[in-house]
Amino acid sequence: MNRLSSPFLPVRNSVTAVMRDVLVALIPGVLIYTALFGFGVLQQLLLAMVSCWVIEALVLYLRSKPLRPFLTDGSALLTGALLALSLPPGAPWWIAVVGSAAAMLLGKHLYGGLGNNAFNPAMVGFVVLLISFPVQMTAWPAMQPLWAGAADAVSAATPLDHVRTQLALHRTLDEIGHDGSFGILAGRGWEWVALAWLAGGLFLLWRRQIRWQIPVGVLAGMLLPALLFWAWDADRYGSPLFHALSGATLLGAFFIATDPVSAATTPRGRLIYGLGIGLITYIVRSWGGYPDGIAFAVLLMNLCAPTLDQYTRPRVYGHGRKPEA
Amino acid sequence: MTLMTRLFGFRGGLHLDYRKEISTGTPIRVAPVPPQLVLPLSQHAGAPAKPRVRVGEQVLRGQTLADPEGFVSVPVHAPTSGTIVAIEPRPVPHASGLPALCIVLEADGQDAALPQTEWPAVEDVQSLEPQAIRDIVRRAGIAGLGGAGFPSFIKLGPGRPVEALIINGAECEPYISCDQMLMAERADEIVAGVQVILRAIGAPRCLIGVEDNKPPAIAALRRAASVDARIQVVVVPTRYPQGGEKQLIQALTGKEVPSEGLPLDIGYVVHNPGTARAVWRAVRYAEPLTARVVTVTGGAVKAPQNVEARIGTPMRFLIDFVGGYVGTPGRLLMGGPMMGLALSTDELPVIKSTNCILAATAEELRPADDAMPCIRCGACQEACPINLMPQQLYWHARGKEFDKTRELNLFDCIECGCCAQVCPSHIPLVQYYRYAKTEIWSAEREKRKADAARERHEARQIRIEREEREKEAARARKKAELAARKAATEATAASVPAATSAGISVDDPVARAIAAAKARRAVNAPADAAATSVKDASGSGADTDAVAKAIAAAQAKKAVKAAAAETSGTGSADKGDAVALAIAAAKAKKAAKAAADSASPDADDAVSLAIAAAKAKKHAQEQLTDAPSPAKPGAAAGGTDNDPVARAIAAAKAKKLAREAAAPTQGATAGDDDPVARAIAAAKARKAAKDAAATGDKDRDA
Repeated sequence: MNRLSSPFLPVRNSVTAVMRDVLVALIPGVLIYTALFGFGVLQQLLLAMVSCWVIEALVLYLRSKPLRPFLTDGSALLTGALLALSLPPGAPWWIAVVGSAAAMLLGKHLYGGLGNNAFNPAMVGFVVLLISFPVQMTAWPAMQPLWAGAADAVSAATPLDHVRTQLALHRTLDEIGHDGSFGILAGRGWEWVALAWLAGGLFLLWRRQIRWQIPVGVLAGMLLPALLFWAWDADRYGSPLFHALSGATLLGAFFIATDPVSAATTPRGRLIYGLGIGLITYIVRSWGGYPDGIAFAVLLMNLCAPTLDQYTRPRVYGHGRKPEA
Repeated sequence: MTLMTRLFGFRGGLHLDYRKEISTGTPIRVAPVPPQLVLPLSQHAGAPAKPRVRVGEQVLRGQTLADPEGFVSVPVHAPTSGTIVAIEPRPVPHASGLPALCIVLEADGQDAALPQTEWPAVEDVQSLEPQAIRDIVRRAGIAGLGGAGFPSFIKLGPGRPVEALIINGAECEPYISCDQMLMAERADEIVAGVQVILRAIGAPRCLIGVEDNKPPAIAALRRAASVDARIQVVVVPTRYPQGGEKQLIQALTGKEVPSEGLPLDIGYVVHNPGTARAVWRAVRYAEPLTARVVTVTGGAVKAPQNVEARIGTPMRFLIDFVGGYVGTPGRLLMGGPMMGLALSTDELPVIKSTNCILAATAEELRPADDAMPCIRCGACQEACPINLMPQQLYWHARGKEFDKTRELNLFDCIECGCCAQVCPSHIPLVQYYRYAKTEIWSAEREKRKADAARERHEARQIRIEREEREKEAARARKKAELAARKAATEATAASVPAATSAGISVDDPVARAIAAAKARRAVNAPADAAATSVKDASGSGADTDAVAKAIAAAQAKKAVKAAAAETSGTGSADKGDAVALAIAAAKAKKAAKAAADSASPDADDAVSLAIAAAKAKKHAQEQLTDAPSPAKPGAAAGGTDNDPVARAIAAAKAKKLAREAAAPTQGATAGDDDPVARAIAAAKARKAAKDAAATGDKDRDA
């Protein structure tokens, strides 16, 4: 049986295809991340993705919703993956499970499930964990390449955290840069993971599954103030390159902030949305109480998305240059 | 004129799988005349034609079978010779799916033409006056061959200077290739038609826009157009919906057709190449539009190709002509897959706007799968050539928030289907927009109906009121004459010096007559107009005439009483009218008081003043005592209607309600009764007040 009204041509894209492309785009980053920081990365991925999927199935069943279309759309898996990639690879197993439950229940199904959530579910899960279990959520492993052989897991601060503590001890960035925690471009090891996220992001742009406005907005919103403050006082403020390749900047810009459901939808709205995320992240990093701020920035800008859409409506064909009231 | 033309392009749009090559391998083939033709009377936009033939009549090819009805209408001609066997409703290819009146013609196989054409063929077409061209095009029954079927002669009479004629040869919809083939094979006729149209609309030049995936058509047109420097073939990129009128104009000129406007508003007239050719044949050979090129295509037909078919040919006949079906057709469409119409049967006739019959296999079409929720990805927004926000429109259309869809410019949507074509959630977006449009239209229709009914009702109420008033006025006149006589005698006795010092003798019959006449007019005028009339009276020559003023005051009181009587007389009528009457009554009272007041300070004469005061009091008493039975309780904002104070309160309330209703935040005012009822009452009150004022004006003018 075919459609009764136009258009009649088959549609190539689907929700599953969108989610699949995003998952595929994560692969290079996941591989490098695992290679440099150990199998804990894969373990968290497995835990969170399975948890999210099972919780999704359970909630769909309880809500008497059709299971098949929603379990095959890949959205639960993607939420699980993004949550897992935000967790410390060595975190206890229940962290991923609790985070998945928070993401799927509080972040997604309380709002009505796919397409209806106001907030990015993975970030809801992450923030719930970060606030509830700060110890487990800040125990990051030191770089431990797989090829270097098995060794006891050593925990260390992430570069952002390290710089933050050291700056608090009145050391200059120049001094911190030479204490061995830095690699060629930014935090040792992290820089390559970040570049892999960038590669995945470019793949998504090429596949037209995301638009350029949000990632460009995030990067501009973060790197312009970073450039400004770095130029002003390079001893106390990290360089734009450091910010770009540290923490969740590139993962956030291309994979987290671009979650379409909770983002703004107009072209200009998306640019502003991205700028806001970048700026808030920079503020949290530089003067806030947490080493990174992508999650908070995304959730805060989620709040603004409907208003952004309202005030950034594009000019409609034939309606004159002035936007209509 | 330069050969290089800057292209402007248009926003959004899509690259599609065009599949035109399956039907362009062979030249246009002329289909034979089918045994029976079905000719719908409405093959064009506008009013259906009116049959001029009877069942059983023999007709010849080219003969007019039905005449246009009204302006936006064109005739229908016999595509072949034969017998009219029926004039009855038949299924037609229309979005409504409803049968429509058709003339059924049984072909006799002779295909005999009229011995003499209905209008003369014109050899020297450039000698024709524009109006003559329009007449011929109309008589030839030409309606746009592009798909919309708008009567072409209307677009040949722009009534304003035209910057350029645009021939829309983009043909951007997948599968369709009839224009492409026609442009390749009959480019000379199209160009000749363009020259005729240029003459008709007085345009200095013509742009023929063709997508770059049709090189043979472009080459043929360029060759044909080389004879005329005014005609320029412009190659545009292949991108759907390039052939949308608004998009093609934008791509060629960089200008946008204003919202809810026409291309003519920015100086362009757009025609289809097939239409241009039909215009040429109508003018040069006196041929009415009785045949057209149709693309018969799709994976479910054996040998897809373009055929020249007589209008009225059953689609099945054409499908059989190209080899019949292969496999199982998934769906039969008229037009392309992006904007075409799904047909329920292949027994429908080809009409003037049938550009394509598409019998697609199930695999060529999208399955009717369940849509997923919108994930707000924005692909639709990106694809929209109008720059709408399709996902927001969808959201509001689904939520039946139709005012919001309007605010988001729903009516600028051209239903091109780009949004639905890129939607990863497979939401039938266009269907939602059509639904929202239909709902809004039907709500408007309902409102118009309700308005008409209300106006009828109000007109009746006003008539009844007027009759009441007239009766009352007749009575009042008699009483007033009596009162005037009495007042005059008394005034003469007591106040001659005062009156004479004012320069007018109260005995003066002229002044009295004037005063009486004015007073009468005040009585005759509807309640609130009485105020003005009384003021007129007091402001005129009889100014200082206390007697006249007293009379006027008294009569104004009368008017108040009349209004009061009406209030009760129509008390059983609905709420709104009672309120209106209350307003009128209150106004009249106020006027009466004003008249009395204005009388008192001016009048030097104590006696006449006393008389006037007494009279006023008496009338007021009368009003209280012989106030007729009260109107329905609660009729006017809950007050008792015979009490003037209550009435005044009611009037004030009604006024306040009217103000509230006028305010945009009408529904927001909490507490009170039903806001809808209130708004209606307020509107009625306003209208009644206006009517009363208008009647007053008329009376004054009279």
